[in-house]
Amino acid sequence: MSLWRQVTYGFRRLTHRAAADEDAADEVQQYFEEALAAAKARGLSSEDARRAARLESGNMTVVREQVRTYGWESAVRIIASDLHYAARQLRSHLGFSIVSVLTLALGIGASTAIFSAVDPILFEPLPYPHANRILTIWNSWQGARSELSFGTFQELAQRSRSFESMTIFEPWQPAMNGGVQPERLEGQSVSASFFQVLGVAPALGRDFQPSEDVFGGPKVVIVSDRLWRRLFHGNRSVIGHPVKLAGDNFIIIGVTPRGFEDVLSSSTDLWTPAQYDTRQIGKDFTTPAWGNHLRMAGRLRPGVTRAQAIEELDQIARTPRPEFARPRWASLRGGLIVDSLQDDIAHAVKPALIAVLGAVLLVLAIACVNVVNLMLARSEQRRGEFAVRAALGASRVRIIRQLITESLLLAALGGALGLGVALAGVRALVALSPPGLPRVDAIAVDGVAFAFAFGITTIIGVLTGLIPALHVSREEVQPALQQSSRRTAGGHAWTRRALVVTEVALALVLLVGAGLLLRSMRRLLAVNPGFDTAHLLTLQVQTSGHQFDDLASAPGSGESARRRFFRQALEAVHQVPGVEQAAFTSLLPLSDDPSWVSTYGAHFENDDPQGGHNVSRYAVSPGDCQAMGIPVLSGRCIDEHDAATAPQAALLSESLARSQFPGQNPIGKRLHVGPTDRPWYIVVGVVGDVKQTSLAIDAPDAVYLSTEQTWFADDTLSFVVRTRGDAAAFAPAVKNAIWSVDRNQPIVRVATMDALLAVTNAQRTFVLILFEAFGIVALALAAVGIYGVLAGSVVERTREIGVRAALGASRSNILALILRDGMRLTAFGILIGICAALFASRALVTLLYGISYLDAIAWLGVVTLLTVVAGVACWTPAWRAARVDPSITLRAE
Amino acid sequence: MNESNTDVIQGTLDMLILKTLSLEPLHGFGIARRVEQISRDVFKVNPGSLLTALQRLERSGWLDSEWRQTENARRAKFYRLTRSGRKQLELETADWTRRASAIARLLRQEG
Repeated sequence: MSLWRQVTYGFRRLTHRAAADEDAADEVQQYFEEALAAAKARGLSSEDARRAARLESGNMTVVREQVRTYGWESAVRIIASDLHYAARQLRSHLGFSIVSVLTLALGIGASTAIFSAVDPILFEPLPYPHANRILTIWNSWQGARSELSFGTFQELAQRSRSFESMTIFEPWQPAMNGGVQPERLEGQSVSASFFQVLGVAPALGRDFQPSEDVFGGPKVVIVSDRLWRRLFHGNRSVIGHPVKLAGDNFIIIGVTPRGFEDVLSSSTDLWTPAQYDTRQIGKDFTTPAWGNHLRMAGRLRPGVTRAQAIEELDQIARTPRPEFARPRWASLRGGLIVDSLQDDIAHAVKPALIAVLGAVLLVLAIACVNVVNLMLARSEQRRGEFAVRAALGASRVRIIRQLITESLLLAALGGALGLGVALAGVRALVALSPPGLPRVDAIAVDGVAFAFAFGITTIIGVLTGLIPALHVSREEVQPALQQSSRRTAGGHAWTRRALVVTEVALALVLLVGAGLLLRSMRRLLAVNPGFDTAHLLTLQVQTSGHQFDDLASAPGSGESARRRFFRQALEAVHQVPGVEQAAFTSLLPLSDDPSWVSTYGAHFENDDPQGGHNVSRYAVSPGDCQAMGIPVLSGRCIDEHDAATAPQAALLSESLARSQFPGQNPIGKRLHVGPTDRPWYIVVGVVGDVKQTSLAIDAPDAVYLSTEQTWFADDTLSFVVRTRGDAAAFAPAVKNAIWSVDRNQPIVRVATMDALLAVTNAQRTFVLILFEAFGIVALALAAVGIYGVLAGSVVERTREIGVRAALGASRSNILALILRDGMRLTAFGILIGICAALFASRALVTLLYGISYLDAIAWLGVVTLLTVVAGVACWTPAWRAARVDPSITLRAE
Repeated sequence: MNESNTDVIQGTLDMLILKTLSLEPLHGFGIARRVEQISRDVFKVNPGSLLTALQRLERSGWLDSEWRQTENARRAKFYRLTRSGRKQLELETADWTRRASAIARLLRQEG
């Protein structure tokens, strides 16, 4: 009841302020009239009565004020008037307000966005129970991670004691027919214990059973929540029902929980048991169980440390046992690479993320320095104002409250805008994020990061904003009042100069990073991929269906069906108007085609029996060199004559030809690729090297064969179509041409070569764009800082400049005086910045291509840029100083 | 800023106002005069303290107020005790009596 009255009375007085004030005034007025009347009634003259009444009741104005300021609403009213005044202040100093708010917004927004993006990858625990117990295990090849074989997995799983459960997994991309268009699904074929390793159980249905992960076991799948909703509309009765994948019926046995993330391969929608045939594993190294194409993970037993597990696995790798035979490529001689799951998924992107995180912290630091600088500049200007207010009787508390209100208003505006920048920034980051960035779906604006960035800028802003209030108390009002007109150098000049030097130094560090990355990108884009990327459309086609299975009665019938389909499809593509050339290849350069699938041993006739080379095997159609634009250096390309029954032709890449046959003509030499029990391939030509993985990675040795003459028919081939004009526009027509041969064959990756090229550079582009953006922000903030300090110092030194001019200093003298002042600050900043950047840019080394982190052009360019921008920032104040008219300045004082 | 120049014992002003209004509704000056008269001018009431105390009591729900004519035909804001105000007066009276008699006992003993 009484609380209710407190609130409603207060609100009534807030909303009907005039009426409430009048009511209070009337009551006080009436009180004094009654007092006067009472005094008169005692028989006093009107003059005496008035005096008596005033003596008894005191000053009416004071009483009225006392009554008027009663209640909580009066505090609200004071805050409102503070806010009102603060808003007016900010409006009347629009330049200051805009720069401050933008500084805050950029600092808060950028750092929140970047931290939000980096956090789930580097810091936030993975979304699994005891995620720190999950390790990944890799084979090592030349010191780098490489896939391992099922045989290796079996040995490790049986010999090690550190793990509760272990699993292998590899991509499985079954085609699914029956939809509007045939499509390929992203799946993984895994051990039965896959979900146990992650510590996740299906939300619907059940997990795999060990009995299902045996050769010839039942065909079962677990589907993702995402796929379940898309294909089956979230129907719970789907469990136990078949789904047709790659021509076979698979029984759906489970659905993953909603929000389940497979961080090992984030786009996965299906899991099925791998069902390796292990019967021949100890005797026959040519079975699929010995192919190095599996990834492996394990969950540690409780209480076992990572170090113990690494030690144990190392021990196993070093001591082969007779009961676990190992082929040459699975000897484990290079040891194993064991990492925590979190580090493993982040390891490829970690240097880039750390660099970006460092860059954004620099931006935040510059923003903080700039806020301090702006507030100090402002407090210099306002000393007079606060002296006047103190002289007029404003209490110190009132002035401090006013200043805090102003700072908080700025901070709130900056924070609100910063939140907007963070939201937009996170969205832009996700859009820009390079493929292969793990956990992209988990990226969202991080509240803690926002609170941190907002908090730190606000605290700094409020503390700096209080400085004028300290002056009001520390100094006598009198000198402060005088100072406002005396225009001498302010007390914070030194601090502000130091701050500007800091800003320039921080900006330089960022810009050096941006410059180095820009230079590497230039270098990278100048790299010749070895073929012509323009006007090239690529489509990957994966054959699917039982028509491509070998019949027991006719071995090889499936393979010839496959070859026939691709031949006919290529024929159809040739008919599309506007298509100049077309071909297909088993391995598409600059695509995400996994290189391990296409790496085979090559053995030349003149090699010693133990030797050999790892080469990339390209199975191509006739005309591949022409369609791709790969130069034929000698001999000829694969053509129509290289049919199944013709002598087997091979092309060598330039580097392979040169290393194998230095100074000789390789044409006519003979080699085996893959199995050695087949007829020799005869070298018919040498073609230029092609960058396979990315522009930054040198091409491995390569051998090109005709698809008609390889020892197996690839089930997945990429069409390369050279078009007249925009390649992307041809996609529908080319797809329809392929489907005109067989409607049920999924076309799984359609992209122009230019788009694929952009993807291979995506991580570098991503880091470069961020560094450039941050570099520009830093440069702008530093320029604002220099300008602000010089402009302030010119205003403060107007009198001095006037005296100099009166004593005969020319305009150019004065211009030089101010410019020199500004450039000295810049030079100091650059010098300190160079020292800092020498350390900081070393962190970028792994991201650079083709240049050293001491690249002279980048460093000189950045120093020049910063100097020029600083010069421009100095020019305006210097120009203004040179225009000072001594007669006016001196007379004004 | 307020309360300093009143002679009313700290914390008793509310009780005195409630007591005064328990007899009949009065306006601010009427309350002040009544308190002074009944206390035989022992207590002087400061108008600032009185008027803010009236606001406080009204917001606590112990008083209601309305503007009406005084006997000499002027408009004044009259305060009236509410039912919960009456209860509050009983509480405060009991509390005061208890304390006053305790102090009186102590003083007698010392004397």
